Amino acid sequence: MSSLSHPALPTEVWRPARGKVGMVCLIAAESCIFLTFVVAYLFYIGKSATGPQPAQVLGLGLVIVNSIALISSSFTAMTAVKMLERGAQAKCWLWLALTIGLGSFFVVGTAWEWAGLMRDHGLYPTTNLFGTTFYSLVGLHLFHVVVGLILLSTVFVLGVLGWVKPRHAGAFDLVSWYWHFVDAVWVVVFVTVYVIGR
Amino acid sequence: MKLSEHHPTIPAEVSKTLGARLHGWAVTVDHKRLGIMYVCFGLVFFVIGGLEGALMRAQLAQAAGKIVDPATFNQLFTMHGTTMVFLVGMPMLLGMANYLIPLMIGARDMAFPRLNAFGLWLFVFGAILLYFSYVGAQGLYGTGAAPDVGWFAYAPLTNRTFSPGSATDYWILGIMVSGFGSITTAINLLATILVMRCPGMTLMRLPLLAWMMLVVSVLVIIAIPVLTGAQIMLLLDRSLGMHFFDTQNGGSSILWQHLFWFFGHPEVYILVLPAFGFFSEVIPVFSRKVIFGYPLMVAATVAIGFISLGVWAHHMFAIGMSPALNAFFAASTLLIAVPTGIKIFNWIGTMIGGQIIFATPMLFATAFLGIFTFGGLTGIMLAIVPFTWQLSDSYFVVGHFHYVLFGGTVFGIFSGLFYWFPKATGRMLSERLGKWFFWLLFIGFNLTFFPMHISGILGMPRRIYMYQPDRGLELWNMLSSIGVIVQGLGISLFVWNVILSLRRGKIAGNDPWNAWTLEWATTSPPPEWNFDQIPTVGSARPLWDIKNPTDPDSHQEVQA
Repeated sequence: MSSLSHPALPTEVWRPARGKVGMVCLIAAESCIFLTFVVAYLFYIGKSATGPQPAQVLGLGLVIVNSIALISSSFTAMTAVKMLERGAQAKCWLWLALTIGLGSFFVVGTAWEWAGLMRDHGLYPTTNLFGTTFYSLVGLHLFHVVVGLILLSTVFVLGVLGWVKPRHAGAFDLVSWYWHFVDAVWVVVFVTVYVIGR
Repeated sequence: MKLSEHHPTIPAEVSKTLGARLHGWAVTVDHKRLGIMYVCFGLVFFVIGGLEGALMRAQLAQAAGKIVDPATFNQLFTMHGTTMVFLVGMPMLLGMANYLIPLMIGARDMAFPRLNAFGLWLFVFGAILLYFSYVGAQGLYGTGAAPDVGWFAYAPLTNRTFSPGSATDYWILGIMVSGFGSITTAINLLATILVMRCPGMTLMRLPLLAWMMLVVSVLVIIAIPVLTGAQIMLLLDRSLGMHFFDTQNGGSSILWQHLFWFFGHPEVYILVLPAFGFFSEVIPVFSRKVIFGYPLMVAATVAIGFISLGVWAHHMFAIGMSPALNAFFAASTLLIAVPTGIKIFNWIGTMIGGQIIFATPMLFATAFLGIFTFGGLTGIMLAIVPFTWQLSDSYFVVGHFHYVLFGGTVFGIFSGLFYWFPKATGRMLSERLGKWFFWLLFIGFNLTFFPMHISGILGMPRRIYMYQPDRGLELWNMLSSIGVIVQGLGISLFVWNVILSLRRGKIAGNDPWNAWTLEWATTSPPPEWNFDQIPTVGSARPLWDIKNPTDPDSHQEVQA
């Protein structure tokens, strides 16, 4: 009986890389969680029973600086991946450190903004629907920024210890995909909260 | 023809101590062992959820029943629904796919074996969390209270005011954790089907089960996170005092319904599409014919997946949405009957002119065609808005969804278990006991759930713990409860069959059903590495090509 092999067919066939497929799926699932919170935010705009209202308390200055930092960190992350692919490890760690610095700046900046909202305007998650939806949506994103920073810092520490080689560029690239996703979500959150909702 | 020369006479681990063997199962990343654990896990909870249902039927057998008190009854229907959907349907179907997909597509394992193990243990942990509530949660009347808010946990009933204590929090966390398990498994299945196919296994040569699992994985990835998101909101409401679903502070209970059913309706298709996949494998083999209209089956599956994301609010006709929304969701719901109908006709088309062998898997498949069509038709009735206004939250709805979920999903699971049990264990299940099991379950099922349509039309609401005599409901409820006893006998026979066949069943051999897909090309049970040599296929029925070298599918495919 013939065997299950057909010599006429090529045995080497193109398939997408499983890491990339997995990361795309993870990003899709995460996007759906974010969409749920964005929908809730949009649904509750202007429905708070009591003040403060978004237009009264949300300033644009600090958040724009924050946003610039976070969006820039996507480009520095991209450069870091390129450097690792080229074998320029030292430069890669430098760009990676810059990425982590910009991401951390965003976290601190958001903390600063929240502290101001609580101290100056008495806006807490329990105050009204605006507080509830604002802190949960921005907080969900902030949580993802922190997760991304932990991932990037892991790569950084392993890299400085000399354990990350150019052949790991593919895996590092996947981490950067996650980071780009976190940045892209921020654009959506920003538009929802500071443009539509304000 | 054999892709594995491995002969599993006595597994090496028999010589090991019990501790070492258990340890082996606990740390395994082998998709087959994980799949078997999923199925065992699901069967255990099937019995638990079944007993919860049986207790409810005992209470409702007679008017003004006094077997359980109202609070217990609320816990029973909540735990029955939650268990059957999240701890039976999901793990059984994902687990069987876990076992079968790598074998069917000629791969050695899933794309991410460790993530696979992680998914299983998340399911187990979620289940423990949910059931720990029976001893550990604070409820309305103190400790030891299971969740009692219904499986869809409508706001504002889940609000702290109305659900004090922690029972509802156990429901949230248990389901959330098992949901993470579903998401990881779906990501894994999707990556496996896209990436791990053997050479020659193009998308249009995929076994239909793999196609359906591909669509199911996409649905899981889209739908479950929405439930997770809504549950996070509910958790924030309950533990941090936020106001998402707090109607006292402007929050909306309608939002919860939208978010829940945006998950909940695709979930129905997540639960039934894998069963469609099992039937699509079983029906051709037992009709001795190639599946009728393969490309149309694929297209219909994708169409069902797509449309199922846009029908959710047909669960909410009774809340008073705008006429435009009602019309949209009624139309989309009617639309989904079209691809489903295409599938039913394709299965019938496969059977027509075939040499049908009514072995147990085929009995379940044939019964499914009738039962599922009936359940689909009552579904179409419920898509008509004024009809739902009349019968929303009645036993008619309970009857309807048991016809699709029991007659679709559970019949599919049993059909698949009888079909693939020989592959997984190396022994056949007893056909004689299997046929007894089928007829008992078939009769018991119809006896339980058909009268529910009538009691529903007569006005019996769902989720009531008792009804007054002289409302004309006694006969139908008594019939439903008798049906449960018949089903129970059937399930006991199945358990007995499994125990008996594991010890003394007929040795199966590689290919007991004379089937065509790759899982039958390796030994039963397959070696840990599945295939000694990764196969290369030239058609959708690689084993047919080998068995019929003068008339292979691959030859026809080239000519076409």
